[in-house]
Amino acid sequence: MLESLTLLLVCQLTGEVIVRFLDIPLPGPVLGMVLLFTGLLVRRGVPKTLQDTASGLLSNLSLLFVPAGVGVMLHVTRIQDAWLAIGASLILSTLIAVGVTAGTMVLLGRLSGDRDSGGEGN
Amino acid sequence: METAQLGQIWVYLATNPLLHLTLTLIAYLGGSKLYRMSGLNPLLNPVLIAVVVMVAILGLTGTSYEQYFEGAQFVHFLLGPATVALAIPLYNQIDRVRRSLPALLASIIVGSLSASLSAIGIAWALGAGPVLLATVAPKSVTTPIAMGISEALGGLPSLTAVMVILTGVIGAMLGPPLLNLMRIRDWRARGLAIGVAAHGIGTARAMQVNEVAGAFSGLAMGLNALSTAILLPILWSWLFG
Repeated sequence: MLESLTLLLVCQLTGEVIVRFLDIPLPGPVLGMVLLFTGLLVRRGVPKTLQDTASGLLSNLSLLFVPAGVGVMLHVTRIQDAWLAIGASLILSTLIAVGVTAGTMVLLGRLSGDRDSGGEGN
Repeated sequence: METAQLGQIWVYLATNPLLHLTLTLIAYLGGSKLYRMSGLNPLLNPVLIAVVVMVAILGLTGTSYEQYFEGAQFVHFLLGPATVALAIPLYNQIDRVRRSLPALLASIIVGSLSASLSAIGIAWALGAGPVLLATVAPKSVTTPIAMGISEALGGLPSLTAVMVILTGVIGAMLGPPLLNLMRIRDWRARGLAIGVAAHGIGTARAMQVNEVAGAFSGLAMGLNALSTAILLPILWSWLFG
């Protein structure tokens, strides 16, 4: 587990350094993800310990957003002042993004006669 | 026990990261339990429950956000390595990704534009000023890069972080019912849509439901961050420059 955690941090650190060095508009961890992904492609497989560590971390992914979310307490008055614009914009644009993205993917899949589409959803 | 003693214990707890770290975990575990007991009812989103509980506790005890973050930063820090770890489910789905790469890229770019343009348009129509528009525009992007984009456009990065979390919760709550309504059963399309619209919070939910959806959601989150970071500043200067 320690090796796997270290590997994840090394990828993130490398990502952060490259992003700053080359001034790329991308978060360091996202580039770190690309680096790890490339590494797995080269190695052709995921080591078991890395798989386990990643599963442990990712099965609790939403916990990690709680501290930033609690930051809402700093902005209560600003949100109250513009609650309609903020609320409507967030809710509607999120629904639009979900619909447009899924719709485009399904449409393009059908156009190319994709055999993967049509699995069971919930 | 005497009041003075209680006071001393409180001083210790309030200034030590242990208390707020522990409370954050308990609030989240409680939220998760409710969520599972309800049969994964999207309205009982664990992040939403944990945030509401923590804000209430901090309000009642008169604790500042900075003080809270002393403890919560340990959880917050793990966002980085967790994002890196998304490479693993993605790699496990490499064959599916490879087969549908062009359609996938096109959907993410179209979705990314629809997310930020509709957010700007709706907020503008309801009277939001330029600062608020810049704050709302990158809301579908994962937190750290959304804050960067917001700052570049003249928004308020810390308020953007809150918009991002709210968007994630909204997407995780309302996205799956909308996809059911649209009768979209393809796990790849469902994952992409949730990842583009609701970043890591949506991805966390997708991962619980289906591994294919989770992997595509993680991919969509990463590529949406890239796409928005490049395209939104260009669009912004056309619209308001």
